[in-house]
Amino acid sequence: MAALTPISRKPMSLVLPTVAAAGGFFGLFVGTANGSGLLGVLIGAAMAVILAVVYINVLKNEALSKWINIALFGVLGFVFGGGIAAALIGLLYGWFIHWFTYWLYEGRYRARLLPYLTPGQALWHYSFRVICGAIFVFLITPVLVVMPLSFNAQDFFTFTPEMLRLDPAGYSLKHYQDFFTNNEWQRSFKNSLIIAPVATVISVSLGTLAAIGLSQAHVPGRRAIMAILISPMIVPLIISATGMFFFYSQIGNWMEATLGLNKTFVGYVKVILAHAVLGIPFVIITVTATLVGFDRSLTRAAANMGANPVTTFFRVQMPLILPGVISGGLFAFITSFDEVVVVLFVGSAGQKTLPWQMFTGLREQISPTILAVATILVGISILLLATVEMLRRRSERLRGMSPS
Amino acid sequence: MKTKMTALAVTTALVAPAAIAQELTIVSWGGAYSKSQQLAYHEPYTAKTGINIINDDSSAEAVAKIRAMNEAGNVTWDVVDVVASDAMRLCDEGLAEELDHDAVLAAAPDGTSASDDFGDLIVSDCFVPQIVYSTTFGYRTDMVGDKAPTTVCDVFDLETYPGKRSLQKRPIDNMEWALYCDGVDKDAIYDTLSTPEGVDRALAKLDTIKDQVVWWTAGAETPQLLADGEVVMGSTFNGRLFSAIAEQNQPIGMLWDMQSFDLDGWIIPAGLSPERKQAALDYLYFATDTQRLADQAKYISYGPARASSAPLVGKHAELGIDMAPHMPTDPANAGNVHIYDYEWWADNRDDLDAKFQAWLSK
Repeated sequence: MAALTPISRKPMSLVLPTVAAAGGFFGLFVGTANGSGLLGVLIGAAMAVILAVVYINVLKNEALSKWINIALFGVLGFVFGGGIAAALIGLLYGWFIHWFTYWLYEGRYRARLLPYLTPGQALWHYSFRVICGAIFVFLITPVLVVMPLSFNAQDFFTFTPEMLRLDPAGYSLKHYQDFFTNNEWQRSFKNSLIIAPVATVISVSLGTLAAIGLSQAHVPGRRAIMAILISPMIVPLIISATGMFFFYSQIGNWMEATLGLNKTFVGYVKVILAHAVLGIPFVIITVTATLVGFDRSLTRAAANMGANPVTTFFRVQMPLILPGVISGGLFAFITSFDEVVVVLFVGSAGQKTLPWQMFTGLREQISPTILAVATILVGISILLLATVEMLRRRSERLRGMSPS
Repeated sequence: MKTKMTALAVTTALVAPAAIAQELTIVSWGGAYSKSQQLAYHEPYTAKTGINIINDDSSAEAVAKIRAMNEAGNVTWDVVDVVASDAMRLCDEGLAEELDHDAVLAAAPDGTSASDDFGDLIVSDCFVPQIVYSTTFGYRTDMVGDKAPTTVCDVFDLETYPGKRSLQKRPIDNMEWALYCDGVDKDAIYDTLSTPEGVDRALAKLDTIKDQVVWWTAGAETPQLLADGEVVMGSTFNGRLFSAIAEQNQPIGMLWDMQSFDLDGWIIPAGLSPERKQAALDYLYFATDTQRLADQAKYISYGPARASSAPLVGKHAELGIDMAPHMPTDPANAGNVHIYDYEWWADNRDDLDAKFQAWLSK
């Protein structure tokens, strides 16, 4: 918390142009939606300026003018926007532009800044935050837009007028119902739940062993081996996929003909192995990073106490590098769970995974069930990433890298 | 001990050879079309024989994938739904089985042989026709003003019908429509297109609307664009438009003028084991008989390929409306149709594709 800076009222020559810019910016969106962006900018700027002058010079009562402004824009939104949604936006904007006007006029924006900042520095302080906010908005909006659309009552990717009016009739859970009752979706979901965990277990086991081996100084050519193991991450996926298709077709034929294995089982083995190869680089990278902070004298101490290398690994080393192993495993899981190119090549219809089903659904139908699935997957991803973050913090605490 | 027993049991189950084919992998286009096949063919077939059917919605890349599978010696598909031109290519390359239609397909109920019943829709020895569909235009009824479009040339009329239109991102149909609307006689379209001047003329006509065109590649795009009101009119498969109009109640109208007929049907990929080939043929015998083809029309507005199926076309399974007036082959809709020339396109496709792509990127 910065020291409290004494604040003073600012001249209208600062307040009015800034308020006009904010009003014009908002007016641009409203105007564009109604056909003329330029007119919107002008009206928005003019309204912001006039209201600021009226409130500050005539009314001189902040609390009263706040409620007047909120009500005014709420009503405007309801009348011209035609609906509760527009009215809500109006209410929000009414609150914001009033708060913004007084924030500038009373000089409140200075309150949390250091007293000696120049006007340019104060401006940059806030511009920087606005830019960061904008980047965040651009990153997150595409994900957020999907969510309300997945409750669409129609079979198109469209915000219907009913939805914009917040009319319950415009919303439905039918796409979620489709996902949970449709055989194709359920089968592909089940396939993903079989393939991803098994592929993860394989990549975590092999990747961890490889990382531990490659972190030993005496392994010959370890940089070259590392580069080869990481290559699936670097080579374009479509190239890997084509190669894997021919390679695993041979392996599959051999397993079916020579070993007499069941065709469906072989199909799963092929996809699982292919996905494990894609997941291994993630595990190697995270585990190698964790091993950097691992104190090697602990293994020597364990050996000194009579533990054999296997016991040392499971009792001493593994618990300490576990967070790295788990986050690598989560990346491997997500890689397999989101993967569509390799499975399109290597898998046959019996191994259709969720991303594959989404891909065909998107190309052939544009069915909003995809949006429902996407929403569910976003939820799962958030849970997984939250787990990774919690593990990271735990690891830092254990190693005493951060207080608390 | 118990784990060992389980392991043994699992191993036995895995090693036990697949004695009889209890699964068929059938490849199709997905969406409403696959659903109609599921209801009209797959479910009755499974009920009759107990054979489980797996759907693979990969018809869009069927030619490439069959080639790759053939090369890898690992054909995982049993029956594949492709458009007629793809069937001809696959047949020419030896990637599809040649069939004796009269021997492997059911005769019509009145005893007409299969080859007579399908008539000249059997465009290739490997191809079993299934449906007749058309690529045609739909328009937003609330965006065209008082005058609904009546001819395909209204697509090129930006003054009466301003706004974006969607066209398929390929030369087929678009070039023919352009020449037709530039005043070329319908019978002379392919003769004109065979000359470099004719190609330039078609592209020049398309140039007049180029900056107002949204190009689509998947059949679902035009219905989505129309539903969003992003285009005023657009071409797509007639069944997609029917579904948007009748099942989704969108404000869309049909423009049947100069609709372009095409065929879709089955092939059996080459290189199946004899048992799998037999299972695939058994499915085809069932799925292409007169009644089954007529049944499919209950779920989607594509015309059955057998002449004997046409009188059996009934009402929509859920909406209860008569399906016959929504068929592309219905006399009221087929007043002025464009017959797409397979052979001409087979010979000129590569050349025109290149010119069309070059024009697109200009």
